[in-house]
Amino acid sequence: MNLTLKIWRQKSANDKGKMVDYKVAGISEHMSFLEMMDVLNEQLINSGEEPVSFDHDCREGICGSCSMFINGEAHGPVKGTTTCQLHMRSFNDGDTIYIEPFRAKAFPVIKDLVVNRSSFDRIQHSGGFISVNTSGNTQDANATPIPKHDADLAMDAAACIGCGACVATCKNSSAMLFVGAKVSQYALLPQGQVEAKERAQNMVAQMDAEGFGNCTNTGACEVECPKGISLSNIARMNREFLSGAIK
Amino acid sequence: MSTIDGKVPAGPIKDKWTTYKDKVNLVNPANKRNIDIIVVGTGLAGGSAAATLAEQGYNVKAFCYQDSPRRAHSIAAQGGINAAKNYQGDGDSTYRLFYDTVKGGDYRSREANVHRLAEVSTNIIDQCVAQGVPFARDYGGLLDNRSFGGVLVSRTFYAKGQTGQQLLLGAYSAMNRQIARGKIQMFNRHEMLDLVIVDGKARGIIARNLVTGEIERHSAHAVVLGTGGYGNVFFLSTNAMGSNTTAAWKTHKRGAYFANPCYTQIHPTCIPRSGDYQSKLTLMSESLRNDGRIWVPGRKEDVEAIRSGKLKPTEIAEENRDYYLERRYPAFGNLVPRDVASRAAKERCDAGFGVNATGEAVYLDFAAAIVRYGKEQALLKGENNATDARIKELGKEIVKAKYGNLFDMYKQITADNPYQTPMMIYPAVHYTMGGLWVDYNLMTSVQGCYAIGEANFSDHGANRLGASALMQGLADGYFVLPYTIGDYLSNDIRTGKISTDTPEFAEAEENVKQRLESLVGNNGTKSVDYYHKKLGNIMWNKCGMSRNEQGLKEAIAEIAELRDDFYKNVSVPGGAYELNQELEKAGRVADFLELGELFAKDALDRNESCGGHFREESVEVGGPQDGEALRDDENYAYVSAWEYKGKPSDAVLHKEELTFNDIKLTQRSYK
Repeated sequence: MNLTLKIWRQKSANDKGKMVDYKVAGISEHMSFLEMMDVLNEQLINSGEEPVSFDHDCREGICGSCSMFINGEAHGPVKGTTTCQLHMRSFNDGDTIYIEPFRAKAFPVIKDLVVNRSSFDRIQHSGGFISVNTSGNTQDANATPIPKHDADLAMDAAACIGCGACVATCKNSSAMLFVGAKVSQYALLPQGQVEAKERAQNMVAQMDAEGFGNCTNTGACEVECPKGISLSNIARMNREFLSGAIK
Repeated sequence: MSTIDGKVPAGPIKDKWTTYKDKVNLVNPANKRNIDIIVVGTGLAGGSAAATLAEQGYNVKAFCYQDSPRRAHSIAAQGGINAAKNYQGDGDSTYRLFYDTVKGGDYRSREANVHRLAEVSTNIIDQCVAQGVPFARDYGGLLDNRSFGGVLVSRTFYAKGQTGQQLLLGAYSAMNRQIARGKIQMFNRHEMLDLVIVDGKARGIIARNLVTGEIERHSAHAVVLGTGGYGNVFFLSTNAMGSNTTAAWKTHKRGAYFANPCYTQIHPTCIPRSGDYQSKLTLMSESLRNDGRIWVPGRKEDVEAIRSGKLKPTEIAEENRDYYLERRYPAFGNLVPRDVASRAAKERCDAGFGVNATGEAVYLDFAAAIVRYGKEQALLKGENNATDARIKELGKEIVKAKYGNLFDMYKQITADNPYQTPMMIYPAVHYTMGGLWVDYNLMTSVQGCYAIGEANFSDHGANRLGASALMQGLADGYFVLPYTIGDYLSNDIRTGKISTDTPEFAEAEENVKQRLESLVGNNGTKSVDYYHKKLGNIMWNKCGMSRNEQGLKEAIAEIAELRDDFYKNVSVPGGAYELNQELEKAGRVADFLELGELFAKDALDRNESCGGHFREESVEVGGPQDGEALRDDENYAYVSAWEYKGKPSDAVLHKEELTFNDIKLTQRSYK
């Protein structure tokens, strides 16, 4: 298929940036979206132009690196899918595709489609862990049985890949789905109980400090999340936050 | 040629590690505060090492090329992690895990290292649960296990099909705690481009800030590489796009021996290639072989009909299917080790029985498992008269619970529904058992430079068993390196801060800058990918699943020629001192173009078949093992450790003789 691409080009963090038009031809429906971008970049290199920079790594939907806003949707039109797992069979010959970076105050653009998501890391530094040293002398792994239901819910929350689609999608650029998922994973496990109160307080405080917005329950984050992280994690975080605030 | 010493402690194998720990030199807590350690790579090995060393009090500087340590490629491991917990009471033990790993590695690993790995395996599970890793559990709330290839017990712990992700997030969380305390200084989007050696000891690295392009000097008392494997030398592999050998290769060029480069694992269950534009291959977890049956049509006419779309796989009668693994290996069936399963798939496809348009695919079929689980569920639910359709429905629910995300992934990529039609799979490059040579302390042949996880060579011999990579990464990082590095650093407590303002750092920095500038200033006409794909083709065709003398000699010549062409004609747009992804790729491919040649040279030297290394000249003839790989213990029971001498063709071979005191070497039979 032949496509017109309208892509955000921005030389550096301080550059103003603009949409630029490109044409690509001979795209197979079996290609992934990023392989289509590879074709474009090969074309640009061969004509002596600078290729489009974009974050990507595992290309199997798990590392959370890829981060494009495609036709107004984080990771494009297919639900439950990262950009690297989006395939060109979801588009038609002759389509015009708009490709932009994830946009949020807390995700400044570095170059073209590459953004800085280190604000997510800093939220994790503020409490995204259980304080246990690597001694090898912790109790036996089966010493504390955990109800399967709780373990499964913790796993569902832990499935977050930290891509930032929730933030990019939210009209408030809120990171509450991301933070809610991490708080929930630990809140659901007995190992996480000891520090549960401080964790919710600290992570929320850092989230606010990074300039993420608040949640107004529109639920767009859940819709666009490639890993299907549930909104109920936000509710759980709010509960943890509130109960932590009451001394 | 000379022999080298792995520094394995004396004593009975089951006491070696305990005695070592009892006698090892320690660094007191106050002195640890004065010692800096650089850790490059933040996957399971690097991440766990960085966290543990910082917990102990060392000042850690950690580096990763990704935008966050959480994205290292360990994250993509699906199936699970082995540990000799024997929670299932099915006869597992430390010895059995040790034995399985040595046998699975086709008797080409270092016995003492493997035993240590098996010993600490149980600690890993305890540690991860304490960190909040959400492993799968049964209805009693206890940890669940599954079985992987090459073993007869269920010792694999898992977190859905995302075990690597969850273990990595565990290590990342431990890192976060130390980053918050200031004990780990984290350098995201940084790539190590050279090792700095001062007075014979590793004292730092030269790194490039990938955002600004700036070249930075970083010093430390020791350098740890957890930089993963080199599977991307094949261009197409299950590795991440950025996975590379640069840190390891630069260290090799600075004096570290590179061990067994030809040992590569070709994983049997990957989604087949669909076209030339393909940028990577996707693995389908080996855990699928617990329930999936692998087959191709037994009749050529059915193969033709399938390829032309006239017949569906579900329409082929049971008696016309060739479940070739069950036929050839009745004892292990679909759960033979990876190298055996991969070669068997290639054998059928080479014989003309491959089932897709390229002729390079076999079926992985869940129909039997769906019915088996469905019947069990119907019984449990008291539905004694359940229809076939109801049984299938019930069975699909169980299969979905076990492998749901893998099935979704398959469907997303291929647009086929594996609940209804068998998956198509084909082997792909997945893991490299070879890597930097290390002694029992995990130290490379450069003093003070350590290699852990996939970056070293030590534990998996010529073939790695499923779910053992995660085990090794975390064992090295959490439980082994923190002891062994202390022994070395105990001699460094009076050294004081290492200065970066020395001729050694200046030389290394200049070296890096020159290379980057020559790449961007090359004004060639061909893209980096052009060369990477060409290299991949040579590697796959001549150094892939099956190798012979002539092909390997051709590969050596062709790679050298391609490398010359690369330096003349590669085009790298943009500048050296800015974010430049093409430049990053160019540097990595340049190193692969050297490593590839050493790889072929090593494969040529090893005129035996062992594990993932199959030499056509060395096969069993006649008898029950006819056509199987033939190992040659008399001549090749050694580790090849190559020393760099200016170019790959001049590399000098050193040997570490492998001795097996606790396991008898036998023909590896899975029949």
